[in-house]
Amino acid sequence: MSRNDHPKTIAKEESFGYDRKTIDYIRNAASHGLYEIRGMGAKRKLPNFDDLVFLGASLSRYPLEGYREKCSTKTVLGTRFATKPVELEIPITIAGMSFGSLSANVKEALGRAATEVGTSTTTGDGGMTEEERQSSKTLVYQCLPSRYGFNPDDVRRADAIEMVIGQGAKPGGGGMLLGQKVSPRVAAMRTLPAGIDQRSACRHPDWTGPDDLAIKIHEMRELTDWEKPIYVKVGATRTFNDVKLAVHSGADVVVVDGMQGGTAATQTCFIEHVGIPTLAAVRQAVDALEDLDMKGKVQLIVSGGIRTGPDVAKALAMGADAVSIGQGVLIALGCNHDSYYQNGAHHDATAGYAALGTAPGYCHHCHTGKCPVGITTQDALLEQRLTPEIGARHLKNYLKTLNMELTTIARACGKQNVHHLEPEDLVALTLEAAAMARVPLAGTNWIPGVSGF
Amino acid sequence: MERMSFDLAQVPLREVNTFLHKDAPTKGVRQVVVTNPDGAHNIAVGLDCPVEVEVHGHAGYYAGGMNKTGTVTIFGSAGTGVAENMMSGRVHVKGFASNGAGASMHGGLLVIDGDAGLRCGISLKGGDIVVGGSVGSFSAFMAQAGRMVICGDAGDALGDSLYEAVLYVKGNIKSLGADAQIEPMTEADYTTVRELLGAAGMKHDPHGFKRVASARSLYHWNADADQEY
Repeated sequence: MSRNDHPKTIAKEESFGYDRKTIDYIRNAASHGLYEIRGMGAKRKLPNFDDLVFLGASLSRYPLEGYREKCSTKTVLGTRFATKPVELEIPITIAGMSFGSLSANVKEALGRAATEVGTSTTTGDGGMTEEERQSSKTLVYQCLPSRYGFNPDDVRRADAIEMVIGQGAKPGGGGMLLGQKVSPRVAAMRTLPAGIDQRSACRHPDWTGPDDLAIKIHEMRELTDWEKPIYVKVGATRTFNDVKLAVHSGADVVVVDGMQGGTAATQTCFIEHVGIPTLAAVRQAVDALEDLDMKGKVQLIVSGGIRTGPDVAKALAMGADAVSIGQGVLIALGCNHDSYYQNGAHHDATAGYAALGTAPGYCHHCHTGKCPVGITTQDALLEQRLTPEIGARHLKNYLKTLNMELTTIARACGKQNVHHLEPEDLVALTLEAAAMARVPLAGTNWIPGVSGF
Repeated sequence: MERMSFDLAQVPLREVNTFLHKDAPTKGVRQVVVTNPDGAHNIAVGLDCPVEVEVHGHAGYYAGGMNKTGTVTIFGSAGTGVAENMMSGRVHVKGFASNGAGASMHGGLLVIDGDAGLRCGISLKGGDIVVGGSVGSFSAFMAQAGRMVICGDAGDALGDSLYEAVLYVKGNIKSLGADAQIEPMTEADYTTVRELLGAAGMKHDPHGFKRVASARSLYHWNADADQEY
C-alpha cells in the first residue's frame, strides 16, 4: 500500500471567532436581509446568582430549625407615599406580560395562582383584561409608552401602578407584536387594525426625562387620590443613576430588570448585547438607595433570570425587597415542555416545535404566536392547550417551591424573616461575581475593586 | 350646591382633585371654578362625571388628563400633556398648549384656540383635536385612530408612522413623517371638518383643508421596506 492510499482525515479546526454559530448568523443575514426577532431572554453565559453561595450558620451563627421555626416572608411594597401599600404573603411576584403576547387563559392562570399564594400579578402592553382583574387579588397595572388600552377606570381598579421606562431584554427599545398575534380582540384593545405588525413606542408620549416623570407620577397620585403605590420599572444599564432618578421622580417602588429578563419579541442583537446582568444591577440599585438613605423607604424589586428559591434568597440578601419572575413562570406553565395536557390526556407537542424549526428545551419562538403548548399564542385552537385550572396548579406549585427553598436558606442563615438576609451571608465563586455583587471571593476577604487580596 | 369655587392660592390641589373625584359626582355639583392656578400641574385630572371645570389662569402639565365625561375650560394656556389619555368629554384651552397636547387620547374633544407645541396628538387612539393655530413637529406621531383639524401650519414629520388617524391641515406642512401622505378630500371629509370646526366654535372654509392619512406601507415589517423607522 503506497502512502497515497491512506484515508484522508477530515480536519475540523473550528475558528473561535467564526464558529458555526457565527457562520450561521452571517448566512442567515445574507439570505434574508433581516435581523432575527425572538422571544425569551439572553442565552449567553453571564455572571449570575449561581456564582454566589450562602454562608450557612455554624458555630459563629445560630441556625433556625428548618421546618418548624417561624420564618416570615411577608412583604410590603409602596410604603413611601401610598396610603394603601401592597401587602404580599411572599416576596415573589409575577412580572408584567401582556395579553397579546400571552393568551387570555394564561393571564387568568397567572392571576389565580398568584392569588392563591398571596402575591401580585402584573398587566402588560395592551391593557388590563377582565380575566386577569377578576382572577387577581393584587394586580399591578403597567403604564407603558404605547399606552395601548390605557384607561383611567383600570387605573382606579388596579392595586398599584407601574410606570415602565424600560425592560431588561431591551433597555432603550420598544416592542413589536407581529401580526399573527394581533387577533381581533388584541387589535380592539390596542385600537389597531387586526393582523398588522404592531410597534410599541420606546418613549412615553407625554413626558421626557426625570423631572417630567415626577409630574407624571404626581398625576397618577392625584388621579388615585394618593392611594396606590407607584412603581417605576427600568431595564438595567446605568442602574445606579437610573434608580436615583426614579427615587427623585417620586417612586414608591423601583423595579430593576436585568439583561436575562425575557421578552415576547425583540431583536436578538438587543437581547444579547444591550443591558447589564441582573447580578451587577442589584448591587448598583441597592447602592443608589443607600446613597439616598432610601433603603427600606423605597422598595426594590429585582427581575431578570430569577429561576429558583436560591436565586430569590440571593437577590433578597443583596438588598432586594422582592423579585419578579416572567420566564420561570411560563416554564412552570409548560413552556418548552414536550407535551401538553388537554381533555384528560397528555399530547405530544414535538411536531409543533419541529414545525417552528426547534425542539422542546430550545424554543424561543414566542413571537410567532404558534406556541405548541398554548402559552404565547392568540390562536383559538392552540390556546386551548393550556387551561387556567391546570396552569394555575402548576404555577402555584412552582411558587410554593421557591418560597420553601427561600425560607429553608433563610433559616439556615439564622433568619426569622427572609428580609433579614444580608450581603454578609454571601460569598462569590468567581472573580466576576465577587466584583459585581461586591461580596468576597469564597475563602478570602477579597472583594475586587474594594479590598486588597 | 351647584357651583363651587377653589382658590389654588389658598387650597392645596389635592383637595380640589379629591373633591372632583369623590364629592362632585355624589353631591350634584355641576360647576367648579378654579382660580389662581398659577401653572399648577395636574389640575382636574381623572374626572369621572359630567362636571364643568373652569380654570381661570394658566395650567401646568396634564390639565384635564384622563378626563371621562367632564368638561374642562382653561381661560389661559396649558402646559405639557393637556387632556392626555382623555376618554370622553371636552377640554378647551382658550390660549396656547405646550407639548404632547391630547397625547394618547381615546375619545372626547380637545380644542386649542391658539398654537400647540411639539407632538400634538401623539399616539392618538380616538377622539378629536381641533387646533385654531399651528402645531409643532412630530404631531400625530404614531396616531392610531381619531381625527385632528389643524387650522394653521404643521411642523416637521407630521403624522410619522401614522396608523388609522386622519389629519386635516389648512396651512403649510413643513414635512410629512414616514408613511404619511396627502390624500384627496372627499365629501365625507368636508362634512367631518365642518362638524369639528362647528363643535370647536371656529370659522374656516372646509374646502381650504388637506387630508393626511397613512400610506400603510409600514403595517407589515419586511426586508424591502425602509428600515430607518
